[in-house]
Amino acid sequence: MPRPGFVLEVDKSTPPILFWRGENFSLEKLPAGRSRVIYAPEPLPAIEDVDGAIRHALLNPIEQDPLPEQLFPGMKLTIAFDDVSLPLPKMERPDIRQRVIEAVLDMAAEAGVDDVHIISALALHRRMTEEELRHCLGDRIYDAFAPRGTLYQHDAEDPDNLTYLGQTPHGEDVEINKRAAESDLLVYVNINLVAMDGGWKSTATGLSSYKSLRHHHNPETMIHSRSFMDQHRSELHKSNWRMGKVLIDSGVKVFQIETTLNTDTFPSPFGFLAKREWEWSPSDRMTYLASTKALKRTPTRLARKIFHSIEAPHQMTSVQAGDVEAVHRITTEHVYKQQLVEVKGQTDILTMGIPYISPYNVNSILNPILVMCMGLGYYFNMYKGMPLVREGGVIIMTHPTQPDFHPVHHPSYIDFFEQVLADTTDPHVMSQKWEKQYAEDEWYKHLYRTTYAYHGVHPFYMWYWGSHALQHCSRIIIVGGDPKTVRRLGFVPASTMDDALEIASDVVGRAPTITHLHSPPLMVADVS
Amino acid sequence: MKALKITRSNTKFAVARLVSPISALGAAKFGPLSLVNESAPELPNAEGWHRITPRLTGICGSDLSLVEGHASTYFDDWVSFPFVPGHEVVADCDDGRRVVLEPVLGHACRGLPLPFEGAAPGDGDDYAHLVGGHLEPGIQTGFCHSTGGGWASELIAHESQLHSIPDAMSDEQAVLVEPAAGGIHAALATWPAVHIALQRGETPIVAVLGAGTMGLCAIAGLRRYVPGVRIVVGARYPHQQALARSLGADVVVPSAELARAVRRESGCHVVGDYLSGGCHATIDAVGSADSIMDCLKFTRPRGRVVLLGMPAIVSLDLTGLWHRETALVGAYTYGTESMPDGTRKHTFDLAIETAAECQLERLVSASYRLDDYKDAIAHAAASGRRGAVKIVFDLRSTPERKKKETN
Repeated sequence: MPRPGFVLEVDKSTPPILFWRGENFSLEKLPAGRSRVIYAPEPLPAIEDVDGAIRHALLNPIEQDPLPEQLFPGMKLTIAFDDVSLPLPKMERPDIRQRVIEAVLDMAAEAGVDDVHIISALALHRRMTEEELRHCLGDRIYDAFAPRGTLYQHDAEDPDNLTYLGQTPHGEDVEINKRAAESDLLVYVNINLVAMDGGWKSTATGLSSYKSLRHHHNPETMIHSRSFMDQHRSELHKSNWRMGKVLIDSGVKVFQIETTLNTDTFPSPFGFLAKREWEWSPSDRMTYLASTKALKRTPTRLARKIFHSIEAPHQMTSVQAGDVEAVHRITTEHVYKQQLVEVKGQTDILTMGIPYISPYNVNSILNPILVMCMGLGYYFNMYKGMPLVREGGVIIMTHPTQPDFHPVHHPSYIDFFEQVLADTTDPHVMSQKWEKQYAEDEWYKHLYRTTYAYHGVHPFYMWYWGSHALQHCSRIIIVGGDPKTVRRLGFVPASTMDDALEIASDVVGRAPTITHLHSPPLMVADVS
Repeated sequence: MKALKITRSNTKFAVARLVSPISALGAAKFGPLSLVNESAPELPNAEGWHRITPRLTGICGSDLSLVEGHASTYFDDWVSFPFVPGHEVVADCDDGRRVVLEPVLGHACRGLPLPFEGAAPGDGDDYAHLVGGHLEPGIQTGFCHSTGGGWASELIAHESQLHSIPDAMSDEQAVLVEPAAGGIHAALATWPAVHIALQRGETPIVAVLGAGTMGLCAIAGLRRYVPGVRIVVGARYPHQQALARSLGADVVVPSAELARAVRRESGCHVVGDYLSGGCHATIDAVGSADSIMDCLKFTRPRGRVVLLGMPAIVSLDLTGLWHRETALVGAYTYGTESMPDGTRKHTFDLAIETAAECQLERLVSASYRLDDYKDAIAHAAASGRRGAVKIVFDLRSTPERKKKETN
């Protein structure tokens, strides 16, 4: 039986704790008597008969007719799927989306459906490369659909292929992919890595345009989402659900297929990453020492290449299909079952090691804006109830935070870093002053539509993601970050963890309480 | 009189060229510059000549090129060795006036007819006069054996070169008049491209690459005399960036970010290394191969690049210039300007106004005695890095001046 999550109270005998530092790691000694480390639950057992479970879900959907009964000759069928941002790292072949879509296509073929389009629901993310599509969908699907032009990627800047469906009672515009909106059935294939994924977010976000997204990807929504991982207290969730209602009222019929994965995140050479440090074997210690020393000597570009080539062994733990909301309730239960850890109370400081990867830099660079987003947008928000750090407390991250940007994937991020952050780090101010210019820049639109660039507005969304943390905390410190870059972010650089604690003492005193969110794998702290 | 003198010595120029990348101090020590005691230049046997005694004299980029041995051989036939450098001069005139020097050795001071009535020393489309008349060759005071230069306790100047300055103007303000005139001239040289943009109803974007003294003066000139422009500046150092903003730049970024800033302002695309469009005009206040190349890349097709920094020998791929039909024009000095409103003005009159209105004395960062010229040269060569802008020689307390004042 996998062990549940665990909160370790640090004492004098506690060994140093593992922190990610981008493309490397470090071991940090946390002060005894006032520090705690939160460890995620161990990976849940996988479903053994994955294909059988998928077929069962399609034939026994929740609050909808079985999929074969919804398929008929001459119908327009659209299958949309989560893009390259999930799962992290990419999973070993075959990807779960391939297995689900193959099952859907088998049923469509049996029903005589021949008008099938497959769309990557990437919203304003970058387009996937052929290699990434093949990895995600398998060669059989790619070779059958891509050459005919029926496997393609959502284009949020193509007015001819968007349909405006109306507004929510809150005045939020709902505009989604035309083919998806006009299909007799839209099958959405999801991987629910964290609790905020899935549900109406799949379609209302993944297949929408800037016109729609701006209503919930903004500082107000982000600040009032407490947290993204708690649907009942997430404005982001509520906005997507309101938009989902507009989809239903407009006659868009969605058959939602959601899957959950266990947290078996890294293959065996990196097995020590998810282990509790006092349980490290001599071999784990050797691997840690050898890999950190080797990575120190490895050029960053090569280290990135090595890390991004890792394929995760995570396995499917559930699959459910049918009505969007009913399905998502069950999916969320599965996510929580894997990720939830009970934690009592807040501390003065929250520490976190920032890894090399986020949903937005697969096969790319975790640039400084994404470092902020990972720390303040994701890790800070990995809670239910209340944040792990008290209001006015301090967040300490570890990451090299170099001013490195992928020129193809993140062109507008470079301008955002140079122009917007030089002017302001306040999400509200930048949204009023700068967002429109970036959202409407023809060059960024061109790059988003024709190359592999994130949309021009995307860095704003990444910054907004951390809005609540920026408002909640009084200081953000990055250990090991390039000082000039860290200051541009509005944060404070520190050379070591001891320096960081010294800097934090101005705000939280000389004996602060500390929580370390141990990652990998992902977890959600249920803070009471 | 005490003077810093440049002598023609190929060996010394070569040594300076070799040493300067490592140490400007070394170039000053072992190069063609030396401190001498010699007689003041003779007054020509002609009307309108004066003896002037410098109060402050600036160290300009073109002076540094000479001292460091980087100046082009182009000038070999346009100057006369040995000469005393220094052309940014505020001085006392032998008739009691306090004056700034317009250093170009034009027609009037050489006893030649003016190219048109009311012409300034820098006017004229035939440069034969620069090597003729009753002076030895020299494009300016500071490059002519006959006149001496401002890096000395005394020199001679023609009435046509002298501008009286008001009592309210400090020496520090006045010593910036000459570079201000150069910057204003470059700013006005962007007008043809700016004018076209205005006629089309566009907001003219002018980029300035480099924010040393000349770049900053060009920014001031653009803001004061070229209407409706949006000024985007690439400045390497934080103090330069702050000054650029205070002189009227709308957008100031580190130099390496200028191309992206221009793209953002113009909303154009990027094709390879070039912007598809870009700014309407650019002032290159650096003058290196890289800076010229950069300017060609972010100036829009049929735009205008004004070369304010002195380039010497550079290697460039001009295919882009040819394809984009970019105008590449030099901006050497000043003279009679055609203003955007159709009037004609002398650049020095504009520069005197500008130096006062923009409080350009704040660009003077340090002053040195002539005896400390090696340190002065080293400081000027590293001015950006050392948080400075303009380095000057202070000649207000030389023994010769004290002696004169006592008499």
